[in-house]
Amino acid sequence: MVFGRSERAKQPAAEPVTLKVLVAGGFGVGKTTLVGAVSEIRPLRTEEALTEAGGAVDDTAGVEAKSTTTVAMDFGRITIHDELVLYLFGTPGQDRFWFLWDELAQGALGAVVLADTRRLRDSFAAIDYFERRRIPFTVAVNCFDGAERYAVGTVREALDLDGEVPVLLCDARVRESVRDVLISVVEHAMHASAQAAAEAPDREAAANS
Amino acid sequence: MTTDRWFDDAAGPVVRPYAMTRGRTRSGAQDARLDLIAVVTPLVARETADGAADGTGGAGVEELITAAEGGRFADGSLAPEHVEIVARSRRAPLTVAEFAAELDLPVGVVRVLIGDLVEAGLVRVSRPVPPAELPDERILREVINGLRAL
Ligand SMILES: Nc1nc2c(ncn2[C@@H]2O[C@H](COP(=O)(O)OP(=O)(O)OP(=O)(O)O)[C@@H](O)[C@H]2O)c(=O)[nH]1
Ligand SMILES: [Mg+2]
Repeated sequence: MVFGRSERAKQPAAEPVTLKVLVAGGFGVGKTTLVGAVSEIRPLRTEEALTEAGGAVDDTAGVEAKSTTTVAMDFGRITIHDELVLYLFGTPGQDRFWFLWDELAQGALGAVVLADTRRLRDSFAAIDYFERRRIPFTVAVNCFDGAERYAVGTVREALDLDGEVPVLLCDARVRESVRDVLISVVEHAMHASAQAAAEAPDREAAANS
Repeated sequence: MTTDRWFDDAAGPVVRPYAMTRGRTRSGAQDARLDLIAVVTPLVARETADGAADGTGGAGVEELITAAEGGRFADGSLAPEHVEIVARSRRAPLTVAEFAAELDLPVGVVRVLIGDLVEAGLVRVSRPVPPAELPDERILREVINGLRAL
């Protein structure tokens, strides 16, 4: 694009408000597909220092680390408008990439835990992780063709979810379906924060007594 | 994407680590890591637009070089990627993650480069969202409405 001088001299758009939603779930459950269904998706490389054994080492090893490998995350952008952008981050399903989560989880609005009914236990780790950190999440059951269609209630029970955690059936390939999952995450986050705000004064009062 | 050098499906190739940051994995300016969705905005003057036609912010480049020569960079060196980051930030505010994706660089490398630019006073980075602090309800409603319109 070519801009004239006056155009170029204009003040840039106001700094947008940026939000992030995480997409978690077991290996091959459809995370990349889901991010790609609602946004332009690009791989985002982050790096991991390797020990000689090939495992991740502590971040503090820094430059001394033997070598580095990059880990590709799914990265999507949904522009709500000029000043409001929602980013999606999906991480690889393998357990050895959990170190990525600690950074991603900071300041996250919420998360999607994608689950496959044939391998529900693969989503336990992600559910646990978000519960512990009080990050609001929605469980989206990716209905692969031919997979048995469980009732939502059965999945909720099998995953031992709190009552307020939304559970939806979805097709990670379908835009509308993924859109509904994301709306559910944001709504859930909104309720969770309203609840936290309502509880906060009580907590303060308790602390002061 | 080529897969021959890939570690496995999820891990990428083993990279020459941090060549353009001269092996630095941290920039002096940063105590905390820059958040992936922190927004980078340029601080360079925008009215000295003489090299306007190239669309990459020629004036910004000049200013960058002056800054580098004036010793405002950590080790006095300016990589083409520094220039690229400033040029792109002048077109539209972008996040740390977007710079990494657009320049096809690992996040850690981009963090160091942006840290250099902050130190040199050429860009500003928005305060990372404090953990557990959610945006207000109005913004969340806007997000929901925006998603409905997808
Ligand atoms: N039939 C069907 N196939 C799907 C669906 N979602 C994903 N797939 C397919 O399942 C395979 C794995 O999907 P991905 O999106 O790559 O899964 P992933 O969670 O990103 O996998 P990893 O990053 O390796 O953990 C791909 O071949 C997809 O095309 C779905 O809803 N229905
Ligand atoms: Mg994937």
